[in-house]
Amino acid sequence: MSSVTARLRYAKEGKVRWTSHRDAARIWERALRRAGLAVAYTEGFSPRPRLHFGLALPTGYESDVELLDVDLVEQPVVDDLPDRLTAALPVGFSVTSAAVLEGGEPSLQQDVTSCSWRIELREVSPTRAEGAVAAALAASSLLLARSRKGHETLDDLRPGILALCVETTTQDGPPVLLADLATQPRALRPSELLAACFPEVAEPIDITHRVRRTHQWIERDGARREPLPVPATSQTHALGACA
Amino acid sequence: MTLWPRLEPLLAKVQKPARYIGCEDGAIVPVHGPGKVSWLLVYPDTYEIGLPNQGLQILYEILNERDDAVAERAYAPWTDLDAELRHHGLPLFSVDSHRAASEFDLLAFNLSAELVYTNVLACVDLAGVPVRNEDRRDEHPLVAAGGHATFNPEPLAEYVDLFVIGEGEEVVSEITEVVREWTASGRPEGSRHQVLRRLAAVDGVYVPSMYDVTYDGPRLVAITPRYPDVPAQIVKRTVADLADWPYPKRQLVPLTEVVHDRLSVEVFRGCTRGCRFCQAGMITRPVRERPADQVRTMVREGLLRTGYDEVSLTSLSTADFSGIERVVAETVDSTGLCGPTSVSLPSLRVDAFTVGVAAQVARARRSGLTFAPEAGTWRLRSVINKLITEEDLYGAVDAAYSEGWSRMKLYFLTGLPTETDEDTLGIADLARQCVALGKRHTNRASLTVSLGGFVPKPHTPFQWFGQNTMAEMRRKVQLLRDATAKARGVQLKWHDPAASLVEGLASRGDRRVGRVIERVWRSGGTFQEWSEHFDLGRWEEAMAAEGLSMDWYVLRHRDEAEVLPWDHISAGLHKDFLWQDWQEALAEHGLEDCRWTPCYDCGVCTGYGLEHVVASPVAPAGGSQGTGQDLARGHVVPVELVSRREPVGVGAA
Repeated sequence: MSSVTARLRYAKEGKVRWTSHRDAARIWERALRRAGLAVAYTEGFSPRPRLHFGLALPTGYESDVELLDVDLVEQPVVDDLPDRLTAALPVGFSVTSAAVLEGGEPSLQQDVTSCSWRIELREVSPTRAEGAVAAALAASSLLLARSRKGHETLDDLRPGILALCVETTTQDGPPVLLADLATQPRALRPSELLAACFPEVAEPIDITHRVRRTHQWIERDGARREPLPVPATSQTHALGACA
Repeated sequence: MTLWPRLEPLLAKVQKPARYIGCEDGAIVPVHGPGKVSWLLVYPDTYEIGLPNQGLQILYEILNERDDAVAERAYAPWTDLDAELRHHGLPLFSVDSHRAASEFDLLAFNLSAELVYTNVLACVDLAGVPVRNEDRRDEHPLVAAGGHATFNPEPLAEYVDLFVIGEGEEVVSEITEVVREWTASGRPEGSRHQVLRRLAAVDGVYVPSMYDVTYDGPRLVAITPRYPDVPAQIVKRTVADLADWPYPKRQLVPLTEVVHDRLSVEVFRGCTRGCRFCQAGMITRPVRERPADQVRTMVREGLLRTGYDEVSLTSLSTADFSGIERVVAETVDSTGLCGPTSVSLPSLRVDAFTVGVAAQVARARRSGLTFAPEAGTWRLRSVINKLITEEDLYGAVDAAYSEGWSRMKLYFLTGLPTETDEDTLGIADLARQCVALGKRHTNRASLTVSLGGFVPKPHTPFQWFGQNTMAEMRRKVQLLRDATAKARGVQLKWHDPAASLVEGLASRGDRRVGRVIERVWRSGGTFQEWSEHFDLGRWEEAMAAEGLSMDWYVLRHRDEAEVLPWDHISAGLHKDFLWQDWQEALAEHGLEDCRWTPCYDCGVCTGYGLEHVVASPVAPAGGSQGTGQDLARGHVVPVELVSRREPVGVGAA
C-alpha cells in the first residue's frame, strides 16, 4: 500500500517525563487514532502501525525536540497536524512542527549524529562545575567503565564531547551544564558524562539532575542542521550549546 | 496541598515511575472544598493491576459527578517507593493531585481478592492512620471497603470501619450524604462513633464495630448487633437495570502499560449458569443485560475517545449475551475508526462459543483465546455444575483452530470436591485431543493448560468443603505433569498451592484471622499476590503466634449446622438452597441454567423483586445447559463419594 511519511517534532515535559520510550510509543499510537489520522499498518498476522521513532529519550528526561516518522495512508494537511495531534496527546506532550518527507531519507536513528543537552546540576557548587568542565575539556581522554550487552568496557568519552560549558545566565539557581554529545558511533549519554565529571555524586546522577534535550542534529554538506526545524517564530535556540 | 515537589525526586530512584504520575486521559481535576466529601479510592495493589479496575472507575465518575463529593485515586506503592516514602516521612498519596491520603474524609478500598489484605493494612499505615479501627479518632478518615471479597468481611473486621456489600453505584451517594453531615458538624469529640452508627443503618453497609462476636472455644457462636438500630443481617446492594448506569463514561487511559490495556464495556452482570465453585456467579445474581444499543454506543464512543484499538466485552460469560454475534460484527466493522479494531471476549464458555463468534472475532487482530472447562471429566463437571460436554469443547476448539488460531489456553481447577485421579488424568486426555484436532488445521497447533488450585468461597455451595491440602494439590499437579510431559504441543502451567492455602484462610476466616493478617503485614509480608513476595512461612508463624490452626480454618469440612463467619451477610441466596445444591453436587447432579428453566428459588430474584433482565427469551445456540440437551450424556461413571474428612487439628484453645 502506498503511503506518505510525516515527520513530527514534539516536546515532552513535566510529569510525563516519567513515562518511558515504550510508553511514549503506545501513547502515540492512541493519539494518532484519536486525531483521526489513518496510519499505514504492517502486513501479516499481527499488523502493527508503521511508526518510526528517533533516538530514545531516557525515562525522567525532558525534551524540546523528540522526533517521530509516521507512515500515513493519505497526504495530511501538514499545517493542521501540530494542533490536531497536541489536542489528542496527554498534557506535557506538544507537537511543535510537522512536515511530509520527500522519500529516501535515512532513518532518524542513523541520521542524527549529535544532541544538545541542558543539565541542571544539584548537589554541585558552581565552582565545582566550572572546574569539572575545564578539566574535562583539557583532558586528552576521559575513561569510564560502561557495560554493553553484559560486557564491561573501559571507554574514552572525550571524543564524544563536542561542546561543554556552564551556562552563564543563571543567577541564583543551580549551575547548569550545556553539552553537545555525539550519538555516533555510540551515543554518549548525559548520565555517562556526569558520572565521568562528578564521580563523587551519588547515583542515579542523571535523574536527580534535571536533564533536557534541546536539539538533535544531522549533518548535510559538512554543516549540522536540525532534522525538522521549528517554525521561525519560535526559533530562539537554534545554535546549540555554547554557541 | 500537593506533595508533588517532594515526591518527584523520589521517582528517580524507583522502578516504573510512571505508575505514580496520574495524568491519564479521563482523570478529573479535583476541586476540594467545604461542603464536599472527599473520597480516596484505593486499589491495594500496583497501579498496573488496579488502574483498569472498572468498579473503581465507575465510583470515581459517579462521585465526581456529585456537587457534594470529590474522588481521587491511589494505588499501593511498590516496595521500593514504599521504603522511600517512609524514609522521607511522606504518606500514601493520590495520583490525581498528589494529595496526602490523610486529608481525605474516606479511604475506600477495592477488595477484589483476599491476598491483598496485608496491603490494605500497609496502605492505611502509610496514610498515617491507625491500622485498627478501635484506635482511630475523630480526625482520622473513615476506612471503607467494597468489592467481591467483602462478602466475608470478618478477616478485616477490626481494621475497616465500614464495608459495602454488593454493588456500589447507589450506596456511595447515600454514604456521602451521611458523611457530609459529619464533616459539616466539624467532627466534634465522639462523633466518629455516631457517624458509624448512622452508616450502619444504610442498606448494604456493614459496620463491624457495631456487632459482638461470641465464640465457644474455636467455634463461632454468633455475630449480633450491639444496638437496636443496627441490622442483624446486611443484605447486598444490587442495581436493578444496567441501562441506568452507562459507566465508565470516560474510561481512564493510562500513560504506562497496565493489565487489560484496552477499552472495557460491561455487557451484563450476574450469571445463572450456577457453577458451584464460582463465587462471582453466585453473589452477582440476577442477570442484568445492558441493552445492545447501549453496548454499541459505549463501544463506539469509547474507541473514538480513547484511541484504543481493542475492546473487551466483559461479563462472567460473555458469549451468553443476547445477540453477541451482531455486537461483535458491528464493532469489527465500525467505520470512522482508524485502523483495525479487535474484540476480546473474556470468560468464554465453550458451549456458547459458536463458529459464528469465532469468525467475527478472527476478522480483526486475533487476541488470546481461553476456554474454561474447569474439570477433566463429565462426572466432575456435573459435580461443579459446569455442564459442558467433551463434544462442546471439541466443537469450540475445532472452530477456533479452523478460524486460524494456532494456540489457545484451557483453564482447569484442581482440588475440587470428589475429585479422583481419573479426573486429573482426564485433563491430559482433553488437552491431547484438542491438540490433535488443531493439527488437522495447522502444524503449529498447541495448547496451554492452566491449572488453578480450588479455594472454597463463601456464599457458594462449596462453602462447606474442606480445601485440599498443599501436599494433595502438589501430588495432583505432579500427576498431570507426568501425564502431559510427553504430550506434544501441550504446555502446563500451575498456581502455587501454598498461595491457595493462604487464600483459603483469608476467604473463610473469621474475625480472629485479622490478627494473623496484621502480623504478616508487620513482618513485611506485603504484595502476597506476587510470587516473588509471597511467603507461606510468615503466615504459618503468624498462625502459630495467634494459636490458630490452618487445618481447622482451611482443610476442615463444615456441617450444615455450623455458624459460618459470613452468615450475617446476605447475597440474597437462601442458605438452604446452597446446602441443597451442595448435596446435589455430591450426588453428581447438574442443575440447568435458570434463565431458561423454571426457578429453583435460590432467593435472589424473589428477595429483590427482580427478574433476570435478558434481551432474548431464547437460549444461545450450542448450549448444553438449559437447551433441552440430555444432561446424563457424557462420560458418566458412577463413583462412590469418598469422604475426605482427614484428621484435623482444632484451632484456638
